[in-house]
Amino acid sequence: MIPAPFDYKRASSAAEAISIVSQYGDDAKFLAGGHSLLPLMKLRLAQPAVLVDIARVNDLSYIRDAGDHIAIGALTRHTELERSSLLQQHIPLLSHAASHVGDPQVRHRGTLGGSIAHADPASDLPATTLALGATYVAQGPNGTRQIAASDFYKGFLESALSADEMLTEIRVPKMDGAGWSFQKFNRRAQDWAIVGVAAWRKGSNAGVALVNMGSTPILASSVNQAIAQGASVEDAARLASSEAEPQDDMNASADYRRHLASVLVRRALEQSSR
Amino acid sequence: MKVSMKVNGVSRDGDVEPRTLLVQYVREHLGLTGTNIGCDTSSCGACTVHVNGESVKSCTMLAVQADGCDVVTIEGLAQGGEMHPMQKAFMENHGLQCGYCTPGMVMAAISILKENPSPSEEDVRIGLEGNLCRCTGYHNIVKSVLAAAKS
Amino acid sequence: MSRSGVLVGGSILGNRVLRKEDPKFLTVGGKYVDDLLDESLLAGALHVTYARSTVAHGNIRSIDTSDAASMPGIVAVFTGADLGLTPQPATFNPMVARSALAMDKVRYVGEPIVAIISETREQGEDAAEMVIVDYDILEALTDIEKALTSSIHIYESCGSNAVFDTTALGMPDNTGDAFFEGCEVVVKQRVLNQRVAPCPLEVRGAAVAWVDGRLYQWLSTQHAQGARDSIAAANGLEASQVRVITPDVGGGFGAKIGSYPEEQLLGRLSKEVGKPLRWRETRSESMMALGHGRAQVQYLTIGGTRDGHVTAYQMHVLQDCGAWFDMGAILAPFMTRPMSSGVYAIPKIECRTTSVITNTTPVVAYRGAGRPEATAAIERAMDLFAAEIGMDAAEVRRKNLIPKFDEPHTTVIGQTYDVGDYEVALDKALTAANYKDLRAEQARRRSAVDVKQLGIGVSVYVEITGGVPPMGETAKVEITDDGRAVVYTGTSPHGQGHATAWSMLTSEQTGIPMDNIELVWGDTDLVPSGGGTMGSRSLQQGGVAVFKVAGQVVDKAKAVAARLLEANEEDIVLDRDRGAFHVAGTPAVAKTWAELAVASKAEGGLKHEEMHSVSGATFPFGAHVSVVEVDTETGKVSLLKQIACDDAGKVLNPLLLDGQIHGGVAQGAAQALLEEVRYDADGNPVTSNLADYAFISAAEMPDIQVVHMETPTFVNPLGVKGIGESGTIGSTPAVQSAVVDALAHLGIRHIDMPCTPMRVWEALHGRK
Repeated sequence: MIPAPFDYKRASSAAEAISIVSQYGDDAKFLAGGHSLLPLMKLRLAQPAVLVDIARVNDLSYIRDAGDHIAIGALTRHTELERSSLLQQHIPLLSHAASHVGDPQVRHRGTLGGSIAHADPASDLPATTLALGATYVAQGPNGTRQIAASDFYKGFLESALSADEMLTEIRVPKMDGAGWSFQKFNRRAQDWAIVGVAAWRKGSNAGVALVNMGSTPILASSVNQAIAQGASVEDAARLASSEAEPQDDMNASADYRRHLASVLVRRALEQSSR
Repeated sequence: MKVSMKVNGVSRDGDVEPRTLLVQYVREHLGLTGTNIGCDTSSCGACTVHVNGESVKSCTMLAVQADGCDVVTIEGLAQGGEMHPMQKAFMENHGLQCGYCTPGMVMAAISILKENPSPSEEDVRIGLEGNLCRCTGYHNIVKSVLAAAKS
Repeated sequence: MSRSGVLVGGSILGNRVLRKEDPKFLTVGGKYVDDLLDESLLAGALHVTYARSTVAHGNIRSIDTSDAASMPGIVAVFTGADLGLTPQPATFNPMVARSALAMDKVRYVGEPIVAIISETREQGEDAAEMVIVDYDILEALTDIEKALTSSIHIYESCGSNAVFDTTALGMPDNTGDAFFEGCEVVVKQRVLNQRVAPCPLEVRGAAVAWVDGRLYQWLSTQHAQGARDSIAAANGLEASQVRVITPDVGGGFGAKIGSYPEEQLLGRLSKEVGKPLRWRETRSESMMALGHGRAQVQYLTIGGTRDGHVTAYQMHVLQDCGAWFDMGAILAPFMTRPMSSGVYAIPKIECRTTSVITNTTPVVAYRGAGRPEATAAIERAMDLFAAEIGMDAAEVRRKNLIPKFDEPHTTVIGQTYDVGDYEVALDKALTAANYKDLRAEQARRRSAVDVKQLGIGVSVYVEITGGVPPMGETAKVEITDDGRAVVYTGTSPHGQGHATAWSMLTSEQTGIPMDNIELVWGDTDLVPSGGGTMGSRSLQQGGVAVFKVAGQVVDKAKAVAARLLEANEEDIVLDRDRGAFHVAGTPAVAKTWAELAVASKAEGGLKHEEMHSVSGATFPFGAHVSVVEVDTETGKVSLLKQIACDDAGKVLNPLLLDGQIHGGVAQGAAQALLEEVRYDADGNPVTSNLADYAFISAAEMPDIQVVHMETPTFVNPLGVKGIGESGTIGSTPAVQSAVVDALAHLGIRHIDMPCTPMRVWEALHGRK
């Protein structure tokens, strides 16, 4: 219920935060909204010795029109994504997916950067930004670099970020003119998805990614390619689990997950194709 | 560590461990026991307060994170002995039984209406997805929130 | 004795009266046990944390508390051996014995082993992690059918894991298939009534202090008097040496009826360290160590004629006790079995129950406590029978209902019901549900092969309330010098609104305004005798006692008024509107309650206290209809509508009544669709927090349509029964029935609860 003891430092710039974390290496974690990290710490599943609070780092919360993409500051909260008219206009899949994360209280605190960096395959926004072909901007002691979403997720709660790197910006291509769908299948509204699908389609271009179908968010490349090659929605949906390694857990067997994935991908593509 | 925040309109200073949760700070350090703890996985919402005008689960926030913020708890709603319209609506519609989820429920409901002043019933039900109640079956809670929206 | 039970216009009884408790709860919140920060007797209190077993079944080789004891802020650490604890026998089966802290053996994950006393709660949690227990791990028996036949005995002295059986009580064993000779149709089904967690929003908590040689214990409980007795016994004290004080309680649902080892130990621990103590479990602890509910496996056989008459019904119930002989162990024989006939006139019934110990959390009473299980069983059996003969679910029920009765009716299993009008309840529910239109819509969707199919479930139930001792309740009403009434009750509200309801009853009798009536409960020094709040007993026993005693105070007041007004007692009338007594015909010369109270001082005050017994239990009944939509591609079930017609006799306050029904319906629906306590193969609980355990939220619940029906009982002068558990009892089978009904045209006859999407999908695809 109560986290193990730790030291707390507050950073006012990304550079400062990175510098503090560099000192402590694996013993330190960045703290943004805290809604991925603090629940783990309260159950003592995570026990970092140092938390570096970056929530007040200047100018990392924004949603800006950058021409062919929208640039989103890593500290932008889910509630801001949900209500952003810029996103509703140019990337409605993202603003809609953000409205499904957790519950309203979670969305008031959780950040896009935090959710992505946490790299939980069962979270909604990693898969959604993956489907949208996003690029993540990371800053570390050696400077900044851009990481394609498709290169970012390495394993369960494991990303391409090193311990002393933090996300500063998420760049998401605009999807004007595309149909889209977000299918979140869960037991209760506040739950993580048992299986989720984020999808967009414009003509023969499609981006489909899966939530909770493996140790990382899964880009359904076979589905995307099938659509590109003119396959029907039904045929493409049959390939839903081609890249996935669904787990058996208390809520669903791997078989059932595969079944759900094909149904939900089909429904997502149908909706995106209207 | 020192923390300083406005709580129910009053400036409060405190000294906490970094790991002290905001809900613990409010309850144990400030003696505002209206806010309750119902779980340890950020699921139940009994700890919901307002931080800078938005509903937040105070169990999933460190007191140090709320340094410099404006915090409102259930105790800060009624003004001069007059209940807030949401509190009145809950009373008039029997929106509480044992009362344990109630402070969090009321704070969450006020936040819902702030962001969506004319919600549908479905909006209210989904808006309360993060607030669990074992006693009421939610029927009268939803009724209370819709009544408050009309008033 | 004042004439009672006449509920006509001008009376407050029967009215929708808002709760006087609410302003406090809404503005500053309730004062639950963990909120007692200003209690002077608890000044300087230390904190207790329990280190618990991480193994489901094992012999303890060693317990190393040295690391824990050397952590910052740790005042003391105790094992059972440190305290010299010895195994104590279970109340209902002395062969089953355990010590409050596990010493030689652990029998479920979560069983307390070590008590840690610390300055702060955080330090206690830090230290609990440092306790090292070395176990010889034994095979975990979490499956009841396996535990029943296993040669591994969880309590070795019992010789079996079956620790209670109706045949051992002299009741006959079932006669097997021969019972159904002559039946044209026989259907068998194994049914699971799964283990659920009560999940009150407030977990368990307590605080203790020794005051002038007496043990004071503040406790989140449903029954202070019972807790006082069990805590006294556990501490080797006389009951008079213990005072239990009940603060506001954030829900109980049956799980807070009895006291637990963690609570019983606190007095001893406080003595050891010489300081008051506070204890509060975390939710994760509560999911493992607060008692669980239901947990029955039922083997059902139902037989009858092709034209729809049920002629024989047989049950063998396996009741999972968990790892202790707690109240759960006796629910199957003493609650489920007697109610096995339900609302039906079944000419032949036999029911055997066997209670089995397993390596799981002990099972206790949980909203309905044995009766939901009985109803779920007979309703499932009726549906299976209906499916076998191709008859509509409502029609087959109607054919078998016990006809209306206003004199006691005894079923063939031997339970006598008070009054019942089951067919009217069924009709009311079906009408409210627009049953014919629903069937038409269902048919339309079936012929269109809609992905989303409609399911309609019907249940008709009867349940027993107020059926456990004490068969009656104590009330005391005292008038203060300023004309207010203080009412002492043996009930123990934790959301039911007794402060309002008992004030209504008192105001009705005395004319004293609601706001001038104060309710006192739950403090054993102020209310030494009481039955608590459980089993939906409170209104029919506690409320009736308050009503009668208030009437007796009115009689006493009349005598005092007669003396003061120099008149005959029989000429004195109480003007309830004014709260004043006068000679009939001379209203101008009156005595107020305040004046009479002052005048009574010499005789010890104007008050009366009495224990009013009732002649028996009462039997609320009703019918529920549930409408669900099943996505046949994913298996997801959505609840569209819940209709509840519940008859609990006369209605005192429809506001409170509806609230109880709503809450019960949600819990019942949650069991049918979502909730289940699960263990892995090693006996580790996998649903032990509120993220993993599917506690239903507002987003999954529809509106609940309550249909009112009142058939007064003769058992008490107010004509009231209990409503607290009816909503749960009626809704669970209706929802389960609706899910199966949605898929019946595809040949599906049964799906065990909870009807999760995966279970539905597996049923659709013939998998298991």
